[in-house]
Amino acid sequence: MLFLFPSAIFITIFLIIPAVWTLYLGLTNYSLTGLAAANPKFVGLQNYATVLKDPEFYNSFKLTIIFVIGSAIIGQALLGFIIAWTFSDKPGKLRSFVEVIIILAWMVPSSVVTFLWSAFLNGQNGTLNKIIGGQTEWLITHPMLSIIVFNSWRGAAFSVLLFGAAIAAVPKSHLEVARIAGASKYRQLRDIIVPASRGHILTNLLLISLWSFNLFTPYLLTGGGPGGKTEILPIFVYEKALRYFNFGIASAIATIMLLINFVFALIVIRRGKQK
Amino acid sequence: MQTLNRKVFGVGLVAALFLAVLPVSNAATAAAAALGTSCKKENATGKGTSLGKTLTLTCKKASGQLVWTDTRVIKLSVIANAIKGGKNSSNAIWLQDYVIPNYTADAALRGYTVSVKFTGQGVADEAYKSGIALDLKAKTGADIMNIDGIWVGEFADAGYIQPLSKIVGSSFTKWEGWSQINTAVQDLMSYNGTRYGIPQGTDGRILYFNKKIFAAAGLPTDWQPNSWADILAAAKKIKDTQSGVTPLQINAGTQMGEATTMQAALPLLVGTGERIYDPATKKWAGNTSGIRKVLQFYSDVYGSKEYGNSTWQLTATGRDDSFQSFADGKVGILGEGDYGWRGVWNPSSGNHKMATRNTDIGFAKIPAYTPGAGIRGQNFVSMSGGGGYVLNPGTKNAAMTWDLLTFMNNRESIQASLNGSVKISQRNDVNNYITSANADTCIDFIVKNVMPLTAYRPGLALYPAVSTEFQKATEAIVNGKSVAEAAAAYETAVKGLVGAGNVKSS
Amino acid sequence: MTKTRKRKQKWTLKRTGGRASFWMFTFLIIAFFSTPLLWLVFAPFDLTPRLNIKLPTLSFNNFHEMSQNPYAIHSLLNSLLFSVGTGLLVICVGAPASYALSRVKFVGRDLFLYILLLFSSVVTGTAAMVPIFLLCLNLGLINTFYGVILVMGGGLLPAAIFILKDFTDSTPKSYEESARIFGASSFQILRNIVVPIIRPGLAVIFVWAFVGAWGDFLVPFILIRAPERSPAAVLMYSFYTEGGQAMLTTLAAFALLYTVPVIVMYLYVNKRYGFRFYGGIKG
Repeated sequence: MLFLFPSAIFITIFLIIPAVWTLYLGLTNYSLTGLAAANPKFVGLQNYATVLKDPEFYNSFKLTIIFVIGSAIIGQALLGFIIAWTFSDKPGKLRSFVEVIIILAWMVPSSVVTFLWSAFLNGQNGTLNKIIGGQTEWLITHPMLSIIVFNSWRGAAFSVLLFGAAIAAVPKSHLEVARIAGASKYRQLRDIIVPASRGHILTNLLLISLWSFNLFTPYLLTGGGPGGKTEILPIFVYEKALRYFNFGIASAIATIMLLINFVFALIVIRRGKQK
Repeated sequence: MQTLNRKVFGVGLVAALFLAVLPVSNAATAAAAALGTSCKKENATGKGTSLGKTLTLTCKKASGQLVWTDTRVIKLSVIANAIKGGKNSSNAIWLQDYVIPNYTADAALRGYTVSVKFTGQGVADEAYKSGIALDLKAKTGADIMNIDGIWVGEFADAGYIQPLSKIVGSSFTKWEGWSQINTAVQDLMSYNGTRYGIPQGTDGRILYFNKKIFAAAGLPTDWQPNSWADILAAAKKIKDTQSGVTPLQINAGTQMGEATTMQAALPLLVGTGERIYDPATKKWAGNTSGIRKVLQFYSDVYGSKEYGNSTWQLTATGRDDSFQSFADGKVGILGEGDYGWRGVWNPSSGNHKMATRNTDIGFAKIPAYTPGAGIRGQNFVSMSGGGGYVLNPGTKNAAMTWDLLTFMNNRESIQASLNGSVKISQRNDVNNYITSANADTCIDFIVKNVMPLTAYRPGLALYPAVSTEFQKATEAIVNGKSVAEAAAAYETAVKGLVGAGNVKSS
Repeated sequence: MTKTRKRKQKWTLKRTGGRASFWMFTFLIIAFFSTPLLWLVFAPFDLTPRLNIKLPTLSFNNFHEMSQNPYAIHSLLNSLLFSVGTGLLVICVGAPASYALSRVKFVGRDLFLYILLLFSSVVTGTAAMVPIFLLCLNLGLINTFYGVILVMGGGLLPAAIFILKDFTDSTPKSYEESARIFGASSFQILRNIVVPIIRPGLAVIFVWAFVGAWGDFLVPFILIRAPERSPAAVLMYSFYTEGGQAMLTTLAAFALLYTVPVIVMYLYVNKRYGFRFYGGIKG
C-alpha cells in the first residue's frame, strides 16, 4: 500500500492543514483589515458566545434547515428518485434525453446560472412570468421558495443518476416475481426497490444534504435578501468574512456548521444501519 | 515635469561638455558620468551615482538621445480593479497604453531603466479589496495599489499601508501636484490628517429630472428645489398628473449597496446638518433627529404615497431597471452622481443610452432639509467619493515608486486619462481645462456649483459596516417598518459595531 | 362476461390514464429543467440582451464585442488547464485512496472518511480564504497553475473518494486474489484490474471534478493575480461597468462560450466511457 503515501501527503497539506487552521481561526479575533489585523489575539470561545447570542444566526440556521429539507431532501432526492423510478423501465432514448437535460442544468457554471435564473424569475417579462402570464417578482415575493426551486433544478442530476443506477441494480427477477404475484407499483417500490437501494439513498442523502447545507450560490441570485430572508448560513459566513473581514466569527460559524453536519450524519448513518 | 526635465538635461549637458574636454589620463579607469545627462558614444561606460549608489553607468539611447543610464532594471508594478474590455476598462487602457510606455520613456531620458507591469483585475469591489488585503498582509503585491477612499482607514489601522512621509520621506510634499488638489479632495486618501496616497478623480451628486415629465406636470423645466418639501411637492404633482411614471427614485436598501448610502442616504443626512461620523466629537450618528428625518423622507417616498418604486430598491437589478426606466422617460426625478450623465445616459457610450439626454434631462442641486439646514449652514449639499493610489510599504524601491505615482498624477497624464471624456478629476488645472474646452453643461454645473459644497465620507475602518446598517434601515422603511422602529434598530446595530460610547443620539 | 369486460375496460382506462399522466410528467420535467436555459440560447444572439426572455433581434454583435476582449479566449484555455488538471489529480489521488480504503478495514474508517468530507466543506468555504492563501504563499504557489489545481483538488477529493469507494467496493476480490498468487504487485493490480473495472466510476469523477473546477471562482481568485492566468469563472465578473451594472452584451456571448466546452466535454466522455453510475455502486 505504498502508493497511498502521495495521497496521504496531499490530503494532509491541502485538506487537513487548511481545515484545522480555519477551525483554529474561530478561536481568535482574526480580521483581514483594521486594528485586529495588526495583532490578532486568541479569544477562546468568545466568538462562539457572540454567534450563539446573535438572533441573525438563528434566523440563518432556520432558513438553512428549510433550504436543505426543501431543496436537498424533497427537491433533489425525492424528485430525483421519482424521475429515476419513472424512467427506469422506459426506452433508452427518452431516458437519455431527459437525463441529458437534467445534467445540463448541473453543468452550467454558477456565474452563468445567476443570469439564467435572474432572467427566468424576472418580474418584467421573465420566462416564468411569460409562461404563466404574471408580473410576480419571485425573488422578492417568494425568496425562499425561489432559491429552493433553484437548487432543486441545479442539483437534481446527481440524485437522478445515482438512483437510476441503484434501481437498475435491483435484480430483474425479483420485480418479475412481484409483478406476477400482483403487487402494485407502489408495493414493488416499498418492498423491493427501496430496501435494495437503501445504501444508495444513504450515500445520496449524506452528500447532497452536506452540499446544500454549504451552498453559496443562492447569494448570486438574492444576495441574502430581501431583508435577510434568504440569508442561509454559507451566505452568513460570506458576509462576515468578505463584507466585514471578520474571519474569527466566520470561522466560528464554519465550525458550528461542521458540527451540525456531523450530528446530522450520525443520525442518518445510525438510522440507515438500524433498518 | 517637462520643464524639470529640461533643466536637468541642461545642467547635464554643461557637465557632459565639461567632462568631455577633460584629458583622459588612463584608459582603464572609467570616465565620470552623471545619470541622465547626455553622452557621446553608445555603450561607453562611466562611473556615476544613481539612487544613492555609486556604480557604472552606460551610455544608452533613449528617445533618440544618448543618455548616461543606470542599466539595472527597476521593476515596478501597479494593481487596480480595472481590466481591458471589462470593468473600468478605460482606466486599464490608460495605465497600460499611456502610463507605462510614457513613463518608461520619461524615466529612460532621466537615465533609469524601468519595467512597469500592470495587473488588471475585474471583480466585485469586496473581492478586490480582500485580494489586495491578502497581498499586503503577506507583504507581497504590487508597488502601487488602487484603493477606494473609504478603505484607507481600515488598511492603515491594519498596518498594511503607511503615510507617504514614512515611505517616501518628508520630500513628498514637494510634488507640484498637491497645489492643484483641493484639501477636501486630498482627504480622500488621508487618515487622521495624514496623507497615504494621491486621490484619482472625484465626483458630485445632483438631482436629475425629466423636463418633459415636468412640463406635463406643470412644473418649471429649470427646476431647483430649495427644501425636501419642494422635492416631495414636485413628486406629488407628477403622481397626480401622469400614470405609468415613477415620480421619484431615491436609492434604498442593501441590494444597491454603497449606491444607496452615497447617492441618497448620506446627501440627505448632510442636508439635515449632521454627518454619519462627526470628526469633532468623534461620534457616529445613531438614532438622531437627522437620521429620523432621512428615514421619514424615505417613508414619504416609499410609504402610502407611493412616489417611488419599491421593487427597484429590493431587487439585484433594481438600479439598472431604474436607469433604464429613466432613459425611457418614465422617471420624474432621480438622485445620482455625474456618472449618470456621462456613463449611464450618455447618448454615445452610455449603458442605458438616451438619445434625447441633452434636451430632456435637467439637473438641480440637492437641497438641504430646509434652506440653511445643511452642514456648514449650507442651502445645498452633495457627497463625493472616489479612490486613489497608495504605495505598498513593502516596495523595493520607494523613490522610483513615488516617481511613477507622481508621473501618473501629473497634468498631462490626468488629461490623458480622461481621453476626451468629460469627467471630474482631482486636479483643478485639468478640471478648468476640461470644462472650458468642452461645452458639457452638466459636468460644468457640477464642477462650478456642486464641488465647492460637497463632503466626503469618513475614511474610517468602521465606515463600510455602518454604511451597511444605514442601508438596512432604509430597506426596513421600504418594507413597511416605521421610522421609529428602523431608527432604533439602526442605532442598536451601530452600537454593536462601534461601541455604545461612540454613538450619538438626539 | 360483462364483469370481465368492465374490468378490462377499467384496466385500459387506467393504463391510458397512466400513460397520459406519464407523458404529462415527462413534459413537465423537461420544461422545468430546460426553460431556465433558454436565456443562453437567445440572449447571446440578441442585439440588446436584457435579463428577460424575448425573441432576439438577431445579431452577432455581442460576439464581436466579446472578441475585442484581450483575455476572453485565453481565460477559457486557462479554465481548460485548471479543469483537466484538477480532474486528473482527483482521479490519480482518489482511485488508489478509495481502493485502499475499500480493501483495508480499520476501526473508524467510515468516520475518518466522513470527517475528511466535512473538512472539504470547510476548505471550500469563504472562511478558509486566509489559510489557503497563506499556505500557498509559503509553498510558493501564488500565481501558479499548480496552486489552483492542488487546492481545488483538495476540496473535491473527499467526495470523490466517497463516491469511488462505492465502485471499488463492488469489484470482485477474486480477480485480485488470483493475480496476487501470480505475483502481481498492488500497483499492478490497481492498474490492470481495478481501474478497468471502475472506469465508468472514474469517468463520473473526472466529469464531476472537471465541472467543479470549471465553475470555481473563489480558489483561482484568491491565488491568481495575473489577469492572463485567470480562468473564465473570474473573467465573468469583469463584465461590469463603472456603476456596477452587468454589460449584458459581452456577458451573454461570453456566457455561451464559457458553457459550451463543459457540455462538449461531457458529451465526449459520455460517449467514450459512459457517464453513468453503472450498477456498480453499493452504498
